[in-house]
Amino acid sequence: MALTREEVRGVATLARLDLKDNETDRLTHHLNDLLAQFARLQELNTEDVPPTAHAVPVAAALREDVARPSLPREAVMANGPQVDRELGGFIVPQVIGE
Amino acid sequence: MPLYETHVGMECHAELLTESKMFCGCRNEFGGEPNTRTCPVCLGLPGSLPVFNKKAIEHVVRTALALNCTISLHSVFHRKNYFYPDLPKGYQISQYGNTPIGVNGWLEIEKPDGTTKKIHITRVHLEEDTGKLIHSDGAGYSVVDYNRSSVPLMEIVTAFPPDIESAEEARLYAETLRSILIYLGVSDGKMEQGSLRAEPNPSVRPVGSDTFGTKTELKNLNSFRSVQRGIEYEAQRQIEVIESGGRVTQETRGWDDEKGISFSQRSKEVEQEYRYFPEPDLIPLEFDPEWLESLRAELPELPNAKKRRLMEQYGLPATDAAQLVLERETADYFEQAARGVKDTKAVANWMLGDLARLANASGLAIHAAPIPPAALAEMVGLIESGAMTGKIAKTVIEEMFATGKSAPQVVQEKGLTVSGADEVAGIVAKVVAANPDVVAKIKAGNDKSIGFLVGQVMKESKGRAKPDDVNRLLREEMDKL
Ligand SMILES: [Zn+2]
Repeated sequence: MALTREEVRGVATLARLDLKDNETDRLTHHLNDLLAQFARLQELNTEDVPPTAHAVPVAAALREDVARPSLPREAVMANGPQVDRELGGFIVPQVIGE
Repeated sequence: MPLYETHVGMECHAELLTESKMFCGCRNEFGGEPNTRTCPVCLGLPGSLPVFNKKAIEHVVRTALALNCTISLHSVFHRKNYFYPDLPKGYQISQYGNTPIGVNGWLEIEKPDGTTKKIHITRVHLEEDTGKLIHSDGAGYSVVDYNRSSVPLMEIVTAFPPDIESAEEARLYAETLRSILIYLGVSDGKMEQGSLRAEPNPSVRPVGSDTFGTKTELKNLNSFRSVQRGIEYEAQRQIEVIESGGRVTQETRGWDDEKGISFSQRSKEVEQEYRYFPEPDLIPLEFDPEWLESLRAELPELPNAKKRRLMEQYGLPATDAAQLVLERETADYFEQAARGVKDTKAVANWMLGDLARLANASGLAIHAAPIPPAALAEMVGLIESGAMTGKIAKTVIEEMFATGKSAPQVVQEKGLTVSGADEVAGIVAKVVAANPDVVAKIKAGNDKSIGFLVGQVMKESKGRAKPDDVNRLLREEMDKL
C-alpha cells in the first residue's frame, strides 16, 4: 500500500507546502519507509482484542460548568510570532476561497 | 431529459448553551473583542490538558435521548488532524467511528399537507468549535480570533441512505431540529449568528437509478430560507452538470445568499487525511444507565408531543397548534390564557391574529407582549359573556397593548360598553326608515340585502351593538311595516 507521488503532492497542498520535484521524491520515499514500519503492526492478531482508546482503567474527570478568567490579550499576543495589534489577532497566511 | 430526484443528507452543528468552553474555563459567549477569551488550553499551549465540561456532555446526552438515539455507554473522543489554522492545536477534538454519544435516532417532520415523515439520524456527537479567520482585504494575510476556539459544539448527522428527498423537507428537518434544541435549552438556535449551522449534502440521480449521485456539501446557509434555496440551486446545478455530459465533483461549496449561487470552496481533507486517532489526553466517557434514565425522565415535553396535546386538550386545529408550539414560551402563554376560558379556540385566534400582529410590529415575541395571559383571558371572557362584541375587542386589544391596561378598564374609559337593546332598537328604526328601497328588496325575497342593513346599524353603533340583537331587531322592525 505504497503512497504515490500524487498522494504526497495532495498532502503537501493541504499543508500549503510548495514542494520541488526532488523534495517530493525524497518525501515519498521517507513516508513509504515510515508506513512500512507501521504496517508491521498489521501482522499482530487482534481478533479478540477490543479497540483500546486508553490504557488506564479510570473514569474520565468532569468539571463543573463554571467560567474562569481568561488570559489578558496582551499576554496571549506575546506568544504570536506575528500579530496584528489593531485587529487583535494572530497573523496567518491568507487562504483564498473562504 | 430524464427526470431527476434529489436526496439530501444533513449535518447540523449547534454551539451548546454553557457558561464555559468545552475543555477550559474561558467564557462561552458570542462576539466581543478578538482573543479576549482564551487560555493555555484553548490556545493549545504546550503542557495544557483538556478537562470535560459536565454540562456540555449532559446537553448532548439529553439531545440524543430526545432524538430517540441509543446512548453509547462507552464513548470515545478522537483527534481530527488538519492544516487549516482555525484551531491552534493542529487538530480538533471530535468523535469518530461508532461510539459517538448518541447513535441511530430519528425525528419526525410534518409537511404542509399534514403528513409526517420520519428522518433517521445516524449520530449525535460532541466536539469543539474552531476559531474564526478574519480576512482583511489588501493586507495580504488573515488574522485568527480564538474566542470561539473550543466552544462546545454538537454535531447531528442524518442517516444514509437519506430520508430527505427535497429542499423543502431539508428545511423542515432543520426547523424541527432547531425547535427541539431550543425546547431542551441546549442551543439558542441562532442561525444568523452561526450558533446553529445546517450543512446539507444534496445529490441528484435520474429517477429509477439505484445508485446515489455524487454529493456536494453546502456551507454558509444562515437562515432556513437559504437552506431551501441553496439546495434547490445546487440540485439544479448538479443536473445541468450531468446533462451537459460532465461529472459532479465531490466538494464543499459556499452559498452566496445575495447572488443566489453556490461556489467552490477551499479543497479540504478527505477522511483518511484527517488521521483520526483516539485522543490520548481524554479518557473515554462511561455512562451510568441509571443516570441516563434520570435524564430521560426529566426531558421536557417536546414540540410534536405538545402540539398533539394542545389539539386534543383544547380542540385546536393543527395549524394553530403548530404555530403555538414553535416556541415553548408561546405555548406556555397560551395554556395560561386558556385557563378558565370556555372558548379556548378564541384564545388561540386572538393570540395568532391581533396579538401576533401587534407584537410583531413592535419587534416582540407574543409571550413578551405587554398583555399578560390572564389579561387576554379576561378579554376573551368579556366577549364570551356578551359584555363586549368581537368587533369592539379589536379596538380594545390595541389599547391594552399600547397602555398595558385591562380590558374592563379600556371598555370603561373609552365608553365601549355594549349598547343596550333599547339603544340598538332606536338605531334600527332609523336605518330602516332611511333605506326604504333596501327594505322593499328584502320584503320581495332578496334576503341577502339584510347584510347591508346590519352593516349600517353596526356602523351607527360604532360596533357596540351585539350582532344577535341587530338581526333580531331588524326583523322585528321590518315585520312592523
Ligand atoms: Zn480557554
